[in-house]
Amino acid sequence: MPEPTSSKPLLEMRGISKMFPGVRALDNVDLTLFPGEVLALLGENGAGKSTLIKILGGAHAPDAGEIFIDGKQLRIDSPQMAQQAGIGIIYQEFNLIPALTARENIFLGQHRNVLSWLHAKSERQEAIQLFQRIGIEVNPEMPCRDLTVAQQQIVEIAKALSLNARIVVMDEPTAALTPREVEGLSRVIQELKAQGIGIIYISHRLNEVEQLADRMTVLRDGRLVGTRPMDEVSRDQMIEMMVGRSLDNEFPARESTPAEELLVVRGLTRLPAVRDVSFSVRKGEILGIAGLVGAGRTELVRMIFGADQKDRGEIWLNGKQVNINSPRQAIQLGICLLTEDRKSQGLVLGLTVQENFGLPNLGDFSRLGLINTRQEGQAFNRYVERLKIKTTGASQRSETLSGGNQQKVVLAKWLQQDAELVIFDEPTRGIDVGAKYEIYLLMNELVAQGKAILMISSELPEVLGMSDRLLVMHEGTIAGEINEPGAVSQEDVMRLATGSSLASV
Amino acid sequence: MKWILQSRLITDYGMVLVLLLLGILISWATWSEQHPEDPRAGRSLAGGMVQVLGSDAEVAIVLRQTSGDREYAAAIAGELERLGATVAATIHVKTPREARVELEKLGTQGITVNAIATHDFCFKTWGVLRQPSLDALAAEYPSLTGIKPYKPGSYMWPTFLTRQNLVSILNQNAPVAIMAIGMTFVIITAGIDLSVGSLMALAALISAVTIRDWFGGADATSLGVYGAFGIAITACTLCGVFVGLLVTWFKMPPFVVTLAIMMVARGCSFILAGGADSVDIEAAGTAALYSGAVLGVSNQIVLMIVLFVIAHVVMSHTALGRYVYAVGGNPQAARLSGVPVFWVIVTVYAICGAAAGLAGVLDVSHFTSGRPKAGEFYELQVIAAVVVGGTSLMGGEGKIFGTFIGAMILGVIQNGLNMQGVDSYRANVIYGALILVAVLVDQLKRKLIKPGTL
Repeated sequence: MPEPTSSKPLLEMRGISKMFPGVRALDNVDLTLFPGEVLALLGENGAGKSTLIKILGGAHAPDAGEIFIDGKQLRIDSPQMAQQAGIGIIYQEFNLIPALTARENIFLGQHRNVLSWLHAKSERQEAIQLFQRIGIEVNPEMPCRDLTVAQQQIVEIAKALSLNARIVVMDEPTAALTPREVEGLSRVIQELKAQGIGIIYISHRLNEVEQLADRMTVLRDGRLVGTRPMDEVSRDQMIEMMVGRSLDNEFPARESTPAEELLVVRGLTRLPAVRDVSFSVRKGEILGIAGLVGAGRTELVRMIFGADQKDRGEIWLNGKQVNINSPRQAIQLGICLLTEDRKSQGLVLGLTVQENFGLPNLGDFSRLGLINTRQEGQAFNRYVERLKIKTTGASQRSETLSGGNQQKVVLAKWLQQDAELVIFDEPTRGIDVGAKYEIYLLMNELVAQGKAILMISSELPEVLGMSDRLLVMHEGTIAGEINEPGAVSQEDVMRLATGSSLASV
Repeated sequence: MKWILQSRLITDYGMVLVLLLLGILISWATWSEQHPEDPRAGRSLAGGMVQVLGSDAEVAIVLRQTSGDREYAAAIAGELERLGATVAATIHVKTPREARVELEKLGTQGITVNAIATHDFCFKTWGVLRQPSLDALAAEYPSLTGIKPYKPGSYMWPTFLTRQNLVSILNQNAPVAIMAIGMTFVIITAGIDLSVGSLMALAALISAVTIRDWFGGADATSLGVYGAFGIAITACTLCGVFVGLLVTWFKMPPFVVTLAIMMVARGCSFILAGGADSVDIEAAGTAALYSGAVLGVSNQIVLMIVLFVIAHVVMSHTALGRYVYAVGGNPQAARLSGVPVFWVIVTVYAICGAAAGLAGVLDVSHFTSGRPKAGEFYELQVIAAVVVGGTSLMGGEGKIFGTFIGAMILGVIQNGLNMQGVDSYRANVIYGALILVAVLVDQLKRKLIKPGTL
């Protein structure tokens, strides 16, 4: 292991801040990376890890802060400049062109002249050398679409090395790998370390982090929590640093009186995202679903809503087995889904707010096939008042609304449906605190009316504070069920979500 | 500048302004002496002649054999008789030579004629109607003594803005405009249909062949003719359904699917025609659809306007219309909101096919024959009309009314180029360039209104 304190830092980021509209994504964050070390960058979803990496990669410009490489201050205004500075970033979604071969992808954009095919031979040799250096053989003439995910990752790493990268960032590199491939990758990382390359490693899998990393830097809510050598912190300390907060009074109180079972799900499976999930939701209760991104939570509820087909499994509603093949059917059965991504799935941005509101509800406002827009408008205006939607009018285009108000339009759309089961997927993501509270109140109101709510949330305080019961998902299965969310800590949930067992508490 | 462009007038009706500007430009370019030949001009000519000659006017009406001239002649004769003047003869002939023969006949029969009523075209081009020739006739035949020609007065007016020209623009562009209705539905769902021109020919041939083979050929009743039309339109609708199913079920790109259907339908049309240039229809009722009129407006134009109104109502006041915009704007969100995306897409292609079928049937009625070459390259004109009308090829945006304006803009440009005597090769160049300009203006307008979204 290198001695970080004695050697000169390879990369230093100092006082990085970044604002997005309405959100402070990063606030005065420092990060130091030494040559030949693996630095784990940890934090909950939305803690600011991706933003920091994007700033390093030149995809975002910081509002404040300085970046030093080898002690020299540098401005990174574009991905090209980051490449020249020796920074190679391997994003979760690879940037490979499927139809091109491994070799062509590695040297894409570095062609010395137009007649690039003349260099094919030398490029091939260079590619083979790169693969040897990494320690894993990949056929350089194989089109990338025919490579496994692990091989594609190697191609990405080779691409970074071909650009003389000395800083390699890996964002969730093992999310899509099999255990054997993960082992292979860790050997590659050791290899790179030995060559003096600094690696920033982002992962939710604390096991891996403990094995691979020399030091760790933890972010929370866009702020730096701390940087520690890996062998000085326990797993529990790690989790505490990541979660940090305690539950306070940000959640309105509610008398919960769960009644009979509304929805029962048995053995629901859609490979590879969801495997054999069974649970039930009662009328008048909020069932929370916690888990890390990619744990299969969204895929699970999309299946219940008929947006994706299930491989197998049963769905029972009000004691009757139902077969849901499309969202339209689900809506008719009294299920509705507030999607995680409002802009791409919740709203048709080109339509007006009223038109979006009316989309699933046209039956309520139509006579002889003609829409009574006045009646529709009156109904919409009732929700504008009730939900305090800030809009210039019913004919405002949805895309010009702020995130919180867009979410409220989606809510209005589904409230009009008067559904029995309301599924919220990340209901408060990107929404300011005030609007959050209003949405919580509304959820309480719904369960008080005897409706059932399924709530997915990556914010642990939120799922713990709002749920009557809590499911924790890990890699497509239910890792645990918590009957009294008030009685457990966020750390317990994190343990389940990261695949450690509850028994070790 | 920005404020002006942001005003509702420009954003919603920008293309109307373009149409008006084009109209003004072409009117200015076609400002010329007008020589009316319609019944109204005929009546006022008769009135004027009676004023000059008194009620002892003995008038011979000399005109061509066209239907327009006959109506014009009838109007003159009717008015003259109402005012107590005499119509000595009504002569419809093909050539000035025949006109001379007919006039000489009057002379030999000793029928008194002291005035000739005609119109500017005959007066200018037929030497026999000039004063010197008439004087020579009068010298020969005493009954023609003092004979003089009369024609309606002329006035300055843009040829473009004559009723006749405007009606012909509407008429010529009705098939494209009708197909553009269906195309608007398709394009708003972010699709495209290249098969419309070929489907038009297919509909024409199906009509012609079914009338010939099933409904008794020349003896076909009106019922048979309309039955055949119905079959043709249904067939095209089914083609549209087929396209829609391929697009939704198999996720095939509509461009490719309809390109293939375009070739297949064109090929089938030629096969149905048996290699001939056209399959003629002798059945009497065939022409009625095209040549008939409602309240003095030809059927085709009435049909087009009715369809535009219906389509407008569908797009702006029904669930289907709302769904079409939603599917085009964001199919994912639409589906998750319970929109039956599958059926919406099948329906829009079916509508587009039906519109093409209707255009084909109108073509049959117009030419009383099924022409396998009907509608060649119309798909491009139709798409151009929709795009010029402000509908986005990216889907989710567009207006039926805009499509009507788009179709009219194309029609007016073509008409203007024709009247300026621009040859067809040059006309194509200008036509294409103007389409580019029209769409560019629209895009620039959007860019100025929403910076960074071009």
